[in-house]
Amino acid sequence: MKRLLLFSVLLWATAGFGQGSISGVVLEGNSESNTGLPGANVYWVDGKDGTITDFEGNFRLLTRTLPADLVFSFVGYATDTITVSSNKEIRHVLRSASTLDQVTLVKKRTSQFRSSFSTQNVIQISSDELLKAACCNLSESFETNPSIDVNFSDAITGTKQIKMLGLTSPYILITAENIPVVRGAAQSLGLSYVPGTWVESIQMTKGAGSVINGYESIAGQINAELQKPATDAPVFLNLFTAANGRQEMNVHLNSRVTDRWSTGLYVHGNQRTKTVDRNDDGFLDTPKGNQINVMNRWQYSDPTNGWISFINARVLRDRKVAGETSFERDQEITAANPWGSIIDTDRIDFSSKLGHVNPELTYQSLGVQSAYSYHDQRSIFGLRTYNIKHQSAYLNVLYNSIISDTRHKIKTGVNATYDRYQELVVTDVYDRQERAAGVFFEYAYDNLDQLSLTFGLRTDVHNLMGVFVTPRLHVKYLPWEQTTLRFSAGRGKRIPNIFSENLNLFASSRAIEITDAGGDFYGLDPEIAWNYGLSIVQKFRLANRPLELSFDVYRTDFVNHVVVDWEVPQMIRFYNKRNESWTQSYQLEASYSPMERFDLRFAYKYFDINTAYNSGDDRPPLTPKHRVFANVAYQTQEKSKGQQWKFDATLNWLGQQRYPKFDSGSDLFGTTQTPSLVTVNTQITKVFTPKIDWYVGVENITNVQQPNPVLNATEPFGSNFDTTMVYGPIFGRMVYTGVRYKI
Amino acid sequence: MKKLLIMATILASGALMAQSKSAKASIEVDGVCGMCKARIEKAAIKVPGVKSAQWSVATHELALIFDENKTSLDSIAKKVADVGHDSPEFTAPDQAYDKVSPCCKYRDDEVIKAHQ
Repeated sequence: MKRLLLFSVLLWATAGFGQGSISGVVLEGNSESNTGLPGANVYWVDGKDGTITDFEGNFRLLTRTLPADLVFSFVGYATDTITVSSNKEIRHVLRSASTLDQVTLVKKRTSQFRSSFSTQNVIQISSDELLKAACCNLSESFETNPSIDVNFSDAITGTKQIKMLGLTSPYILITAENIPVVRGAAQSLGLSYVPGTWVESIQMTKGAGSVINGYESIAGQINAELQKPATDAPVFLNLFTAANGRQEMNVHLNSRVTDRWSTGLYVHGNQRTKTVDRNDDGFLDTPKGNQINVMNRWQYSDPTNGWISFINARVLRDRKVAGETSFERDQEITAANPWGSIIDTDRIDFSSKLGHVNPELTYQSLGVQSAYSYHDQRSIFGLRTYNIKHQSAYLNVLYNSIISDTRHKIKTGVNATYDRYQELVVTDVYDRQERAAGVFFEYAYDNLDQLSLTFGLRTDVHNLMGVFVTPRLHVKYLPWEQTTLRFSAGRGKRIPNIFSENLNLFASSRAIEITDAGGDFYGLDPEIAWNYGLSIVQKFRLANRPLELSFDVYRTDFVNHVVVDWEVPQMIRFYNKRNESWTQSYQLEASYSPMERFDLRFAYKYFDINTAYNSGDDRPPLTPKHRVFANVAYQTQEKSKGQQWKFDATLNWLGQQRYPKFDSGSDLFGTTQTPSLVTVNTQITKVFTPKIDWYVGVENITNVQQPNPVLNATEPFGSNFDTTMVYGPIFGRMVYTGVRYKI
Repeated sequence: MKKLLIMATILASGALMAQSKSAKASIEVDGVCGMCKARIEKAAIKVPGVKSAQWSVATHELALIFDENKTSLDSIAKKVADVGHDSPEFTAPDQAYDKVSPCCKYRDDEVIKAHQ
């Protein structure tokens, strides 16, 4: 077929055809409605005359001496040959090759790869990678990825926090389909509000990132693409249960409503009902509670005219109870009763996306995104109350085009955000509104050879931060084959939500102190930082198998830093520091595939972080200087019906971490360093058929346990009580199992 | 928001009209792999007047968008042949074909087989 001399020209403007022709339509055979298939090849079997179908799937060809054989082909579809015996209109249905047995068209992609095409340092995580760990939600999706550090969950929120380049998640812009989601009130727990099965793939950008989604990102950007109703399985079911009493259920129902509309209902429920206190400190190791999370998506696609749209609605209800094992949800909290914590969250989200690609000039497109969310969290931590209501609206209009040719691409547009925060912090009330509008422009150049660069600039007007400019630059250079050099630089600016970003502080007796700088939020001034990054990726062949080595270094310089200071015993303090704080992170990574379906990955990370405390410069507490990551993955050969075994193991080594100072009455008085520790997570997956698989795993297989996650647990209302000093696993070894089924 | 949408649509269609000289066409170009793709697309986009060039490894189709006043399909195909890739109208000169890397020797049945 490839050798056939097929010459086809389609001038859209002048589609004139002569006499003696035969016409017809090629239809896409997988939808019940049989929509036209644009771009399919139609040619006589002798190869002398052929054409491609237009956007409706129609074609017209010069006729032959009949009967003659006509061939239909299209990539991803089974090629058909029919015998034409009359000049009647032809209607032909091409079936997608994926519905046929034993047709492999696409080479299997590795589940995690560093794009060598992108100018930015982007790491792609496909859904294959997401199946490798007990990832029940977005925060656990990064467990098998060396660029993100997943911290251990504390006993009160039960949520794992992530870090990138040594900076905590508020410095990372986290979006779902490019709409910011883990933001504002959702900062501490937001990652646990995105169920893992909803995620189709994740893109991570280290360093400055693009200007398109705003000015807030400093350490990097993480975007999660969600399952699409038109491509996700019609029915998907996932059940999960773990030894810590966590049970989860995920159901996806997708259906095609009309030719162009599809809809999907995604339901997630989890519950933790078991009272678990393995370390016998009288406190739950992990909170009890439940979550119901329901999303409905509508997808409209009209490839003929280049339209695509998504409309989403989501409702979330999350309940958490933690604290002493004898604590009950409805019990009055006094110093005479057990210490307890309740975190109740309700949230609704609406978002829509409308995109239009010019069908004539495919490099031109226009996109409009809008989102609204309402987040209501009511929480108590012992005698302290923290409530936050956050309403947020977001609008983004983006236009893509080129200058002269596709080597020069431009993106430009406007966006606007509105946020209202209403907080009750113990007895203090904070109420603030933020309104911002900005314009952005991004130019990308690619000489298709050695050099490509992206330069972006945005200007925003903010009611509390004034007018400011955000520049971002990314350069990629290939000095010789198999080597990629990248450089990035950019500025970020943000208003920290000090309480929602440091939610765990409430679960301690630490007194809160804010040094008033005369600013517009909590009396503080916004944070401003510059981030610079340099990376090199080198590909080799070792024993004729692919080996990739990479090294990167990123530096963040805070022009203005809101310091979270745990240094003074029994206190947590917030204050601004100018031009003194910085972070430097180094990462050395190697990945090698010694044989087919066997992958090794190793990374060493070094974090040099300097925070300007009032008490003098120091590295932040509970942040290791050295980290080692290793991952081994092996899959057996896929059998005829798709049966396969998959094995995966991840090792994390964390160096010593610094403790802040403690009062003489504290359990940890005099202790300055945590021990170093190693954790190993493993998972085995058995694929029975492409429709059903079963997995069993052990998290923390060597049963490492932090002995004292709750300080002064015997006096929870005393002045040295602290649940925030978590450096390792609280629970110890955890076995889990689950099953995934799709139709 | 509705107003914004309408405005944006007008903006887009305005930009569309400004470039209405653009012609869209495709030719078959012989090649086998991703390296061929890079070579073909680079040769085509460097022709003044070509706005977009995308070659498909699977279908061998080079989809082009170009300014008809500045260039033609023939001159694009000629440039593609100059870097070593045949199209039905223009066969690449031998010295150009000799320069393509060993994995791109699309006239060789062994190489084609290796890519299937």
